[in-house]
Amino acid sequence: MMASRGEPPATKVVLLLVPHKDASFHAALRERFRVLDFFASECSPLPAFLGAAAAAPEPPRAAIVVGAGLIPVDAAFLDAVPSLRCVMCLAAGVDFIDLDECARRGVVVANSGSVFSADVADHAVGLLIDVLRRVSAAERFVRRGLWPVQGGHPLGSKIGGRRVGIIGLGNIGSQIAKRLQALGCIVCYNSRTPKDSVPYRYFTNVHDLAVESDVLVVACALNKATRHIVGKDVLEALGKDGVVVNIGRGANVDQAELVRALKEGRIAGAGLDVFENEPGAPGELFCMDNVVMTPHVAVFTAESMSDLRDHVVANLEAFFSGQPLLTPVLPHSPVN
Amino acid sequence: MESLGVLLLHPVNAYLEQELGRRCRLYRFWESPREEFLRAHAGAVRAVVGNANYGADAALIDALPALEIVASFSVGIDRVDLAKCRERGIRVTNTPDVLTDDVADLAVGLAIAVLRRIPQADRYVRAGLWKSRGDYTLTTRFSGKRVGIIGLGRIGQAVARRVEAFDCPVSYHQRTEQASVYPNYTYYPTVVELAANSDVLVVACPLNASTRHIVSREVMEALGPKGVLINVGRGPHVDEPEMVAALADGRLGGAGLDVFEDEPNVPEALLGMDNVVLVPHVGSGTYETRKAMADLVLGNLEAHVLSKPLLTPVV
Repeated sequence: MMASRGEPPATKVVLLLVPHKDASFHAALRERFRVLDFFASECSPLPAFLGAAAAAPEPPRAAIVVGAGLIPVDAAFLDAVPSLRCVMCLAAGVDFIDLDECARRGVVVANSGSVFSADVADHAVGLLIDVLRRVSAAERFVRRGLWPVQGGHPLGSKIGGRRVGIIGLGNIGSQIAKRLQALGCIVCYNSRTPKDSVPYRYFTNVHDLAVESDVLVVACALNKATRHIVGKDVLEALGKDGVVVNIGRGANVDQAELVRALKEGRIAGAGLDVFENEPGAPGELFCMDNVVMTPHVAVFTAESMSDLRDHVVANLEAFFSGQPLLTPVLPHSPVN
Repeated sequence: MESLGVLLLHPVNAYLEQELGRRCRLYRFWESPREEFLRAHAGAVRAVVGNANYGADAALIDALPALEIVASFSVGIDRVDLAKCRERGIRVTNTPDVLTDDVADLAVGLAIAVLRRIPQADRYVRAGLWKSRGDYTLTTRFSGKRVGIIGLGRIGQAVARRVEAFDCPVSYHQRTEQASVYPNYTYYPTVVELAANSDVLVVACPLNASTRHIVSREVMEALGPKGVLINVGRGPHVDEPEMVAALADGRLGGAGLDVFEDEPNVPEALLGMDNVVLVPHVGSGTYETRKAMADLVLGNLEAHVLSKPLLTPVV
């Protein structure tokens, strides 16, 4: 469980509670900090590992976590490692972190900030173009050798002039909006609160946004208020020529309703990177040419992994040298 | 224009065909053998309507003594023998502007599709591999990549404006630099230099004698093992066999292709590659744009018949 050769100052001890990181991520951390890696340790379950770390002569002052690591950062966790003063989350979403409890204990929290925003925005735009212009369907047509046999491929829909309603205008939603404007789309949005100084029309609820949209893009965080924020009513308001693009979380959309609407032709198409019950997407969609599905890849580029590594190191260095975090998350402040 | 004999070379668009049939004297070139048709109707044909793949070449023009106008259902008119038309005093029109946005959108869509492997990832999901094999591979970011555009005409400029929203630095090559018009874009005097300084190379120039195979082996090698070629121009802009070889052995990183040298035939080797996105000449393929193109063809024919200025003349 002890970290490998420790040239870095012994006081920079970091708990690594995240699975599946690449070698360069580990190397970058180990160059600067003493890393206690739970997923590489022989000390499971978690309480034993945390207990041993807390009891060590130099207990950890920072922890690297992520929601999908399934380790909630709550009072019990913080009690187990009282030396922790910094929690570094590798994603934007911090639903699994009790921010109030951290604040009470003087534990600062950082998230991924806008490290992933451009890549997620690019993917959303890529999915939108694919669905409207039938890129993946046309690709299948060519690869199956149908072009010489069947001649023309079905026409797609023009992107310019299309009204796009973005649900959630945070870092990601704003980047999507900027790109879609350059493609001639008319952008509107819904968000918890209207944003000052954005040129896009605001709707107070998603139903009204859907009524006035040709495409709905889900770009919001997942929480109690946004679970199934795109459901039967919203799909009906969007209408039979409407398209849904989801790069948020699968549970932002009532997936069963979406599948039904697609099967019955009550909406025109969908571009989906996220699903309820991943991995895997609903089999009923696999034969549909008006649907594009990707396996939760919107953040995963080589560049974003490298940016994340640099971002984590920079936040931790700031913390250890007594500086403010670069991307702090405060209780009750918008995550986006 | 009921008395205008119009020869439609191929069933390019149902609406266009229907309107030509309704408003003109329509002849459908594919309905009978060529020689038989020409024997029977050559003298009645005053207008020819073709598209990107079916044009009025010298032989056809020679066979139509009454031909007055060629109205192409496309912006590229490399399949029309312009010299012959000028010689005979035949007018030529195309369909610029109405398809500019669609082609530029597709170019951007193809670039993202290639770098982010969207069609490939979609196949992965449909094959059940997400469940059985787990997470997909890392892909390559599009935002911020250096985009080089061959030909900064209507389509090239539309591509440039779009990729600027993705923070992509734009550079270009064409016959003349226009530094005062494009102060934010970098000009390169040769295509090889453009390719050497680009991550994504977009072909957006017209096809003519000097741009045939403008994307040569040397250009593709300059673009390199991480470079991506996007062709929304014409197949012959690219040396296709060299491209296939360069993609196969990694000298060229990837390609997004809407056009091919011998459409509708796509080189067999490409069909098995994972680093390419292939679509069947759909650059202008939306309901809205095809109708606008058809209306432009009809408008040009009508203007001709009424001796009014043509809407979008090339010759």
